Amino acid sequence: MTSQQRQPRTTRTLPLTARNPARVLAALLAVSALAACAPGSSAPPPASPQATATAVRTDAAALGDVTLTVWDQEVRGGQAAQMEKLNSAFQAKYPNIKLNRVSRSFDDLNTTLRLALSGNEPPDVVEANNGRSAMGAFVKAGQLRPLDAYAEAYGWKERYPESVLRYSRYSADGKLFGEGNLYGLPQVGEVVGLFYNAAKLKELGVQPPKTWAEFESALGKAEAAGEIPLQFGNLDKWPAVHVFGTVQGRTVPPDQIGTLAFGRKGASWTTPENVKAAEQLVSWVDKGYFAKGFNGQGYDAAWQAFGKGQGVFLIAGTWLLADLQKSLGANLGFMLPPGATADAAPVATGGTGLPFAITAKSPHPDAAAAYIDFITDAEAMKVLTETGNLPVADTSAQTVTPGPQQDVFTAFGTVTSMDGLVPYLDYATPTFADTLGAALQDLLAKKAAPQEFLATLEKDYKTFAESN
Amino acid sequence: MAAPPGEPRRVAYLYLLPAFAVYAVFLLYPIGRAVQISLYDWDGLSLGTWAGLDNYLAIVADEGLRAAFAHALVLILFYAAGPLVIGLALAAILNHAKVRGLGFFRTVVFLPQVIAMVVVAVAWRRVYAPDGSLNTLLGALGLDSLTRGWLGDYTFALPAVGVVGTWFETGLVTVLLLAGMSRIPTSLYEAARLDGAGAVREFFAVTLPSVRAEIAVAVTLTVIAALRTFDLVYVTTRGGPGESTSVPSYEVYHRAFGLGEVGSAAAIGVTLTVVIFVISFGINRFADRRIS
Repeated sequence: MTSQQRQPRTTRTLPLTARNPARVLAALLAVSALAACAPGSSAPPPASPQATATAVRTDAAALGDVTLTVWDQEVRGGQAAQMEKLNSAFQAKYPNIKLNRVSRSFDDLNTTLRLALSGNEPPDVVEANNGRSAMGAFVKAGQLRPLDAYAEAYGWKERYPESVLRYSRYSADGKLFGEGNLYGLPQVGEVVGLFYNAAKLKELGVQPPKTWAEFESALGKAEAAGEIPLQFGNLDKWPAVHVFGTVQGRTVPPDQIGTLAFGRKGASWTTPENVKAAEQLVSWVDKGYFAKGFNGQGYDAAWQAFGKGQGVFLIAGTWLLADLQKSLGANLGFMLPPGATADAAPVATGGTGLPFAITAKSPHPDAAAAYIDFITDAEAMKVLTETGNLPVADTSAQTVTPGPQQDVFTAFGTVTSMDGLVPYLDYATPTFADTLGAALQDLLAKKAAPQEFLATLEKDYKTFAESN
Repeated sequence: MAAPPGEPRRVAYLYLLPAFAVYAVFLLYPIGRAVQISLYDWDGLSLGTWAGLDNYLAIVADEGLRAAFAHALVLILFYAAGPLVIGLALAAILNHAKVRGLGFFRTVVFLPQVIAMVVVAVAWRRVYAPDGSLNTLLGALGLDSLTRGWLGDYTFALPAVGVVGTWFETGLVTVLLLAGMSRIPTSLYEAARLDGAGAVREFFAVTLPSVRAEIAVAVTLTVIAALRTFDLVYVTTRGGPGESTSVPSYEVYHRAFGLGEVGSAAAIGVTLTVVIFVISFGINRFADRRIS
């Protein structure tokens, strides 16, 4: 074959040779001129009318025929089971309200909700992530309805402790997180604490630690005995946020953590207490307390390894309970991170599952509120318990069999009743999950000293807090 | 210009119109819209505000974004250069030796292409894990000092991601080159042998020049694959550790859907498109000139 024969084939296979770039550009410009209005809604959304308590209708049976579209992320095991149970109970009680349930995984919901809300016919009830990049942004854009009037009518403030409700509170302009209007109600609670392998502790001759110092000495003994003291996998970037939050809760006063995590002005990352927390974390790397190669291990792989009996402790959230219980059974233990003394007030990172919110454009807010009330009332909390979830309210009123599940329920009940929950640190700014996750990988790999690590966080936090 | 006999030329455009309409609606309009959005500061929800070229200036000014583009260039070495060298060697051997069961080998080397990249990434994540098969192998060879959590290592994470690309693209390149080589007339080789050329000389004098067109195709495809890497990084490292494996495509996704910085995401996307266009254009120009 000669080269002349070859040439046309080459150009045909490669579609990117533009004959006339200028013409292409002109076409592009023409197309963009057609669409020359700013992206986004052309008018600012009308401020959603803040209904008064008297105007709210709580008798759902009297609302006539209504179809509610509900987007939730309860797709797995016990989560899906409780949702199905509650939905069918709701429809049995209120035959006039039809539910159209759309269930998506957490990631899918997160990536599609933004588009769905900005459309003309958004779903009526949505599960929106609490953080600034989701719920905060929706509130700012006027796409969620404030629920305070409903909270009053249904008595939600008696049902939920304020330390839980504040995770769904934003000011009307979306700038203040943690106070202001109520925009949603969660079903489940979460708290980050210490899972431990009771059998291994027994082998080591160690009691479950009552103070932070005892915890560190238990880690030391585990290391000396050739065990993995702390199972840990940080490849996904965010798992270290929970470990750091737990360590930070020992050295930094909870109100300062709250200010930092809600992205408010008035606190600082570059304090001696935060330095101490960062240094302690690094010292655990030096002492070999973490699983080897943790920055290259996945989160799932790490907790699954703990479930298989590799590792004495695991700092993680209560959402792992069902899975770990399956593999470790009665050997699994859970406790709140211990304090400086055995009787110190509990401080633990935690909060709520995704809250259920009502969209501003929903034509049936009363029915939507009745639905939210139904799936979060005392009966619903029982259903959540039966299906292996951790209900966010009435936790201590639930009866569960002694063992890990009771440990978890007791821990959550204690920490919420004593207002000891501190928010997830990645709530702070829209970009903080990223900043903190990457900075912690740097810190743990010793690419950054504690002071540099905190300076990185301070920059993100200050830039946002000042401009907000 | 005199029209050729038969129907007048203008009518031809009418035939093109349906195709062009589809092209315009599904390609030109979205591109135009992306360019437009990239000029705004937009969170994807509320009304965007005009930002001019700020989003583009940020790409130049932001150290992290510059690094992301640099990482993409490093990946080109693994996606394009590596597979090309390996593919040339493999194809030359397979073609020259006229191995039995060539079809079988061709299928085997091409196999990675059939698997979805997400699946590939999940599998390799296990290979690179601290207790994964790579470290087990190193341990068995007595190289315990080399074991590490590969994807969490600041020095090795990007190359580790790149090697997956090499593994993935080598099959495609090999099969492409093999097809090219099988068309080289045997008379050329006979002539070379008469002139006293050995296998190596033969390769550089006959084989390599004859498959230049295939090389151009392979390089273009693999370079584009390298520049738009997304799924591999998303599944294996999420850009970590630190920022050491972040790439432009990942940033586009992350900013648009994670952070709600849609304008900035669009600007990165447009920039990436331009970079891919320029590079492919360059490769084609180069290949065309060398051929004619």
